Amino acid sequence: MTSSSASGDAALPDGLSDSDLLDMYRTMVLSRNLDERVWLLNRQGKAAIAASAQGHEAAQIGTIKALDPSRDHFLIYYRQFTAMLGLGTTPSELLSGFLAKKGEPMSGARQFPLHGAHPRVDLFSFSNVVATQLPHAVGVALADKMRGSDAVTIVFFGDGAASQGDTHEAMNFAGIHGLPVIFMCENNRYAISVPIHKQMPLESVAARASSYGFPGVSIDGTDMLAAYEAVSAAAQRARAGDGPTLVEANVERLLPHTTDDDHTRYRPGDDIESMKTRDPLAVTRNMLISRGLLSDAEAGQIEAEAKATVNAVTDEVDALPYPTTESMYEHLFAGSRSQ
Amino acid sequence: MSQKTVIKAVRDAMLSEMRRDPDVFIMGEDIAHRGGVFLATDGFVGEFGEERVIDTPLAESSIAGIALGAAVNGKRPIAEIQFADFVWPAINQIVGETARVRYGTNGRKSAPLTVRVPYGGGVRGGLYHSQSIEVLFAHTPGLKVVAPATPYDAQGLLVSAIRDDDPVVFLEHKKTYRLVRGEVPDGDYSEPIGVADVKRQGGDITVITYGLMLHYVLQAAQALSEQDRVEALVMDLRTLRPLDRQSIAQAARHTGKVLLVQEDTPAVSVLSEVSAIIAEEAFYDLDAPVMRVGPPELPPMPFSPVQEAAFMPSPEKILAAMRKLAAT
Repeated sequence: MTSSSASGDAALPDGLSDSDLLDMYRTMVLSRNLDERVWLLNRQGKAAIAASAQGHEAAQIGTIKALDPSRDHFLIYYRQFTAMLGLGTTPSELLSGFLAKKGEPMSGARQFPLHGAHPRVDLFSFSNVVATQLPHAVGVALADKMRGSDAVTIVFFGDGAASQGDTHEAMNFAGIHGLPVIFMCENNRYAISVPIHKQMPLESVAARASSYGFPGVSIDGTDMLAAYEAVSAAAQRARAGDGPTLVEANVERLLPHTTDDDHTRYRPGDDIESMKTRDPLAVTRNMLISRGLLSDAEAGQIEAEAKATVNAVTDEVDALPYPTTESMYEHLFAGSRSQ
Repeated sequence: MSQKTVIKAVRDAMLSEMRRDPDVFIMGEDIAHRGGVFLATDGFVGEFGEERVIDTPLAESSIAGIALGAAVNGKRPIAEIQFADFVWPAINQIVGETARVRYGTNGRKSAPLTVRVPYGGGVRGGLYHSQSIEVLFAHTPGLKVVAPATPYDAQGLLVSAIRDDDPVVFLEHKKTYRLVRGEVPDGDYSEPIGVADVKRQGGDITVITYGLMLHYVLQAAQALSEQDRVEALVMDLRTLRPLDRQSIAQAARHTGKVLLVQEDTPAVSVLSEVSAIIAEEAFYDLDAPVMRVGPPELPPMPFSPVQEAAFMPSPEKILAAMRKLAAT
């Protein structure tokens, strides 16, 4: 699971420049700071619920960077904080979801944060029901294949979703039809409290891909370059008409499942301690420093800028009104209001 | 006009829409070379190819979920569920996901998807090939639910369903497929979703129904007229969501005596809601309590022929209820 790219002495993957690496790190730092702020706002009684991306940032930013937001489709789940920022969602837009404020762009604050559809990128998440998005992604890819589009569809899910029947049905159909879809599993080894060995008898989610006739690759999810390389290869396969790929990013869930959870009830103490050594922000910072792209002072500067941005958007979004009750009647059907 | 069966009307609606709009395609179990277990898509794969007539694995949740994904990406899929009894694995994708796409994205995405579901009993289908499942869908904001009973309505409403920009669950009663024949216009035509239809005029009692029961009610109404000189107004709901409140209330007021006839088990059913609408809209015009005819509260429905017949409402049972209501 260790990648030579994380050690800092390897050549950069095709398509990435030094400045890209720094941009990706900046997005991760911003994501972490905003994520921490949302938890604070939850404890202040202002954000009703949050699921954190802390520990998943490197996998998400590496994945997004390998795709094309102008033509590809992104079906996310509730932990895609960093992916959202990487795709150009502003911190203010993202925070307005957590505070359920007027103008929230994904669902008009009808849904939990990160659910709905993005205003500028073809990114969506219809529901909280785990794994329902996998068949949707396969249908999106089917439509693209029918019209001869070279777009790629990526669908994100966790290890918990891997147990659902929809996951099997979606992968099976995608394999049969050779569809241009990437199944991106962020495996943090816990489905809320249930550890991976009680979810599946295999070592790896990626190993299942062989059952569906397409490749499965397992990567170190703390290594953004490994994610970039795996997803780039998967996207290339998809665009070439060679079908789906299952990518499994092995990540850490640094916080409990959501703001309503307490992982000390079920995670052994040494597990909680050891995961801290796999914090993707620290891993990425060290990689950039060892590549000579970042100094401690510059890292501090990036951190300070992120904090300032988060403080500014906290003030801005906190001051926004809630949506009107009137607006909840809109958009049940095309051109109609519900009674 | 030409005479055709309900199944032919269903087939012709899909055929004309697939010829008209290249974004329409159909997916389901055994629909390609088999032509569907009821032959609704007989010959389609020859005309449209396997790209637009997709035989799926036996996996209903993904039939609905994949069709939904294609719908939000610009296609107009028709998802065929082989039997209503097998729709349960797809309920989450239809009720939980599809119905909420437009609302849950604040209008940004839509799901122009038609889910065709052959349903209903009286066909020796036993517990797992006879069910009436309409109430699950009819309870769901965000869905439109259509249940035609005649070839004319089946063809016209299926055309509307496929053209609709929102999801439609289209219920086809299996027993009507080859039993019921009727006139259908030859050219392009459609019937509006959400509008009930008076299938027989009458001034003495009002009978409201849908699906196969429409035909049993019409038989009973004819007998009632011939034998008792009592004339029944017969209303076919055709659309189960949204219900045509205004027409229902008008039909109830017209005679002041209403009989509701259904094949689905009565408790918490579509016609329970019709009864509530009548209470809300026409209470002071009623001359008698609303009456109902339906099967017993048992899982639909026994395989054994004698028990199946006892379970199903029949023209005779309906006629008896009509007489009782007329004499009230």
